[in-house]
Amino acid sequence: MAITFDKALGIHQHALETRVKRAEVLANNLANADTPGFKARDLDFQAMMQKAQDNMSGFGMDKTHSAHMDASGGAADSDLLYRVPNQPSVDGNTVDAQAEQTRFMRNAMDYQASFQFLNGKFTGLTKALKGE
Amino acid sequence: MSLGSIFDIAGSGMTAQSLRLNTTASNIANAETASSSTDATYRARKPVFSAIQQSMMNPTQQGFGTEMSDNASAGVRVEGIVESDAELQMRYEPDHPAANEDGYVYYPNVNVVEEMADMMSSSRSFQMNVDIMNTAKSMMQRILTLGQQ
Repeated sequence: MAITFDKALGIHQHALETRVKRAEVLANNLANADTPGFKARDLDFQAMMQKAQDNMSGFGMDKTHSAHMDASGGAADSDLLYRVPNQPSVDGNTVDAQAEQTRFMRNAMDYQASFQFLNGKFTGLTKALKGE
Repeated sequence: MSLGSIFDIAGSGMTAQSLRLNTTASNIANAETASSSTDATYRARKPVFSAIQQSMMNPTQQGFGTEMSDNASAGVRVEGIVESDAELQMRYEPDHPAANEDGYVYYPNVNVVEEMADMMSSSRSFQMNVDIMNTAKSMMQRILTLGQQ
C-alpha cells in the first residue's frame, strides 16, 4: 500500500499541464491577431487527455534510447491543429480575436478547476500523513 | 512550453502593437508636412508583422524528434516598416515658402481617417495582450499556492 504521487494525483496533473499548453497556444493566436497570413491554432484537448490516460494505465511506450521519438504526452504536432475560420479575411489571417479571448478565459477557468482538484488531492494526502 | 513563455508571447504582442501605435503617431503628426519635391515628402509608414517560429526561440532544440513541434510559433515580431506607395497630394499654394517654381507643394499621402482607425485597432490589441499577461500572472500565482492549507 505504498503512496505514490502518480497514483494519488491521478489525471489532474496532466490536465493542468495541458491547460497551460493550451493557454500558450491561445496567447500566441491573440498576439498574432494582426499578422497577415497567420493561421490560428488550437490543441486537441480530448486527444491529449486520452494519451495521458493511456500512459497512466500502462499502455504507453518507454523510451530506451535517446533517439526514440516521444510517443506519449507533450504537444506533438499531431495535437496542434489549425482552426477552421468562420469567414475569410483579405490578409489570410484566421484569428477571430473575440472568440480566441473567450476561449482563453474559459481555459483559465478550467485551469482553476483542475487546480482545485489537484489541491484537494494534496490536502487529502496531508490529512492521511498526519493521521487526523 | 510553460506559463513563463506566455509572458514572452504577450510581451512580443505588446511591443509590436506599440510600434504600430508609434508609426500611427508619426503619420498623423506629419500629415501636414509639406515639401517642394516628391523625394523629400514624408510618406505614410506601416509596420509589417510576422509570426515568430518556435525554432527561432530555441535553436539548440533542433534534434531528431523535436522537429515535429517546430511549426508552433511563439509570438509576433515586426519584420520591418514600409512606406506607402500611394500618390502624394499636390496642391497649388504659390505663397507657401516651400512652393516650387510652378507654385506647387507636395503633401504626404497620409490618410488621417485610416490612421485613426488603425490607432483604435492597435490600442485594442495592446489591451488584449495586457489581459492575457494578467491572466497568466494569476494562473502562475495560483500554482504557487498549491498544497497550502
